[in-house]
Amino acid sequence: MIALLLRDIRLAIRAGGGFGLGLAFFLILVVLVPFGVGPETQVLARIAPGILWVGAMLAALLTLDRLFALDFEDGALGLLALAPIPLETVAVAKAAAHWLTTGLPLAVAAPLLGLLLQLPSGAFVPLFVSLLVGTPALSMIGTFGAGLTVGVKRGGLLMSLLVLPLYAPTLIFGAEAVRRAADGLAYTTPLILLGAISLACIALLPFATAATLRINLR
Amino acid sequence: MSFWEFANPKRFMDWTAKVLPALSVLTIASMAVGLIWGFFLTPDDLRQGSTVKIIYLHVPSAMMAINIWIMMLLASLVWLVRRHHVSALAARAAAPIGIAMTLVALLTGAIWGQPMWGTYWAWDPRLTSFLILFLFYLGYIALWSAIEDPDAAADLTSVLCIVGSVFAILSRYAVRFWNQGLHQGTSIPVATGERTVSDVFFAPLLICMAAFVLLFVTLLLMRTRTEIRNRRIRALDLRSRNA
Repeated sequence: MIALLLRDIRLAIRAGGGFGLGLAFFLILVVLVPFGVGPETQVLARIAPGILWVGAMLAALLTLDRLFALDFEDGALGLLALAPIPLETVAVAKAAAHWLTTGLPLAVAAPLLGLLLQLPSGAFVPLFVSLLVGTPALSMIGTFGAGLTVGVKRGGLLMSLLVLPLYAPTLIFGAEAVRRAADGLAYTTPLILLGAISLACIALLPFATAATLRINLR
Repeated sequence: MSFWEFANPKRFMDWTAKVLPALSVLTIASMAVGLIWGFFLTPDDLRQGSTVKIIYLHVPSAMMAINIWIMMLLASLVWLVRRHHVSALAARAAAPIGIAMTLVALLTGAIWGQPMWGTYWAWDPRLTSFLILFLFYLGYIALWSAIEDPDAAADLTSVLCIVGSVFAILSRYAVRFWNQGLHQGTSIPVATGERTVSDVFFAPLLICMAAFVLLFVTLLLMRTRTEIRNRRIRALDLRSRNA
């Protein structure tokens, strides 16, 4: 499992794409938003929590379609299914690799981009923590979506349609935590609920993901 | 005779062919009675005027939108556990009816909302949950049509339906946390029985709800029959190609 994790991380970093792409997309999105809504500081500060969370979500989505697709095409996924580790573990390893190469960098970069969007200074730590707590759920749900559509040629668009509605609760609690922090309110409740979603996703979704992989490999 | 006998496509076709005509007549009759009674034979509401009559479409379609998803969930579970093809095809046949009901509920709600709330749309928990439900239906139907192999498609959509149900419930409570509501609470609480709808409106509403259930069952049986025939054509096609 560790070997698989390391292999996926190495692939993501070396083979171009995955690692830097998500971050770059996130940066571009944050740069483009002020062009769209105007440069007024107050407006930007108000919408910053939502923009940062939606941006992180889309950036996480961007790198999902290559999660299983390449392994499926060259037959590596079939070999993984025959390997002594169960497919559930493969799903967890894939999701963990995706999180380490997408979710974690996004969480680290988000406060910097918050600076660009005039996010109130009290919200920097909550933004970082909420992304740190919430992005594992995004990776796990995304892995499930990638498993569902792995057999579909050019399934990227279909996967977005399937995955984005599933992201709704995570986004609600994540953005709510940052918004409350930006308004100077207590933000522990949404943060705890966000953590609950992440933990539940990590505990349950690997089984669903493994089921989809087994069906697709049949 | 047990319920599972209908898992045999032949039995299912024979039996539904016998039941469908009567069921269709019953649906049309109850729909006509409910809607004509509701639209023309009830008084206008004191405050809402004639817009109150939208209730005869809005409430039954909203009720069915949720119930059809639950039916799809049950059919998916039956497919995954017992591998009855009729069950998977029934779930597939139900989805377009469900999305239509969701759309009707959203549209009639918007038409009702404009005169009553002064807006077609508000990011109210109930409205938002329904929009998310609409997206779930959309994804479910898209996944069905995207996968070639019918058994794999049935399996994958069933898994999606189960996971989607969990997330749909989660979203419902998450949006409640996110925003306070403009939509009223239920006027017909089943548990306490303290309904706030007057008898004049409630009687035709009940008939309309029954009519929508009948409409769904009729359409579902028709569409499942079509799906079974489609599957047979596919099998014949494959056989003739291999021969």
